[in-house]
Amino acid sequence: MSSDSRDRDNDRREGRGGRGGGRRYVRARRSCRFCADKIDYIDYKDGKLLSGYIPERGKILPRRISGTCAPHQRMLATAIKRARNAAILPFATD
Amino acid sequence: MRVYEVLFIVAPNTEESDIESLVAQMSEVATNQGAEVAKVDRMGRRRLAYPIQKFNEGHYVVLTVEGTGAEIAEVERRMRVTDAIIRYLTIRIDEDLKRADKFRARRSARSTAGSPRRSRDARDRDVRGRMAEVEVTEEEGEEL
Repeated sequence: MSSDSRDRDNDRREGRGGRGGGRRYVRARRSCRFCADKIDYIDYKDGKLLSGYIPERGKILPRRISGTCAPHQRMLATAIKRARNAAILPFATD
Repeated sequence: MRVYEVLFIVAPNTEESDIESLVAQMSEVATNQGAEVAKVDRMGRRRLAYPIQKFNEGHYVVLTVEGTGAEIAEVERRMRVTDAIIRYLTIRIDEDLKRADKFRARRSARSTAGSPRRSRDARDRDVRGRMAEVEVTEEEGEEL
């Protein structure tokens, strides 16, 4: 269990790109961009918007890194999955 | 009444006139079954994120169909047997649109009602900021 939590901590640090001097722990972006932009529906056809939430590998960016709120992350996840089926986003890239 | 978004991708080697007739044909199938085609959106030629039937490009077309849902089955069957259509995707959007409307209505109601809600948001942010700081100190304590 302890090793488990350790892994997660490492993960978190990596995701935030916390490298360099003084403070190791970089605070995540704590704001949901969709809430700020007042977006109520995430369209799966908007490839440009969605591509900001898929890192190189093509996975869905976790919300602990992007700071997206839970309702919007759910919407985002379905939108990305739909976009993959419509060949707007890739399933996997390397 | 349900609202659907029917997206299909036409093979890139199809003539422009053939695409036109294909779109008309699909709309006709829907209307013949009793549905109404509210909008036809030709998104044009786009690159595919991955090859489909060895094609790297495709013409995207989106139909917005209003109906009971039974029509969609027929439209999908027709798309399945049409060789020029290399991919299709149907999505029901009326519930999502309703939710979006609700959010929008709530937001406009809030903005006219005044600021009590905003102050609560600010307080939330404050608490969260403090929590993050606590996390930081805990983390560092662990390291040492």
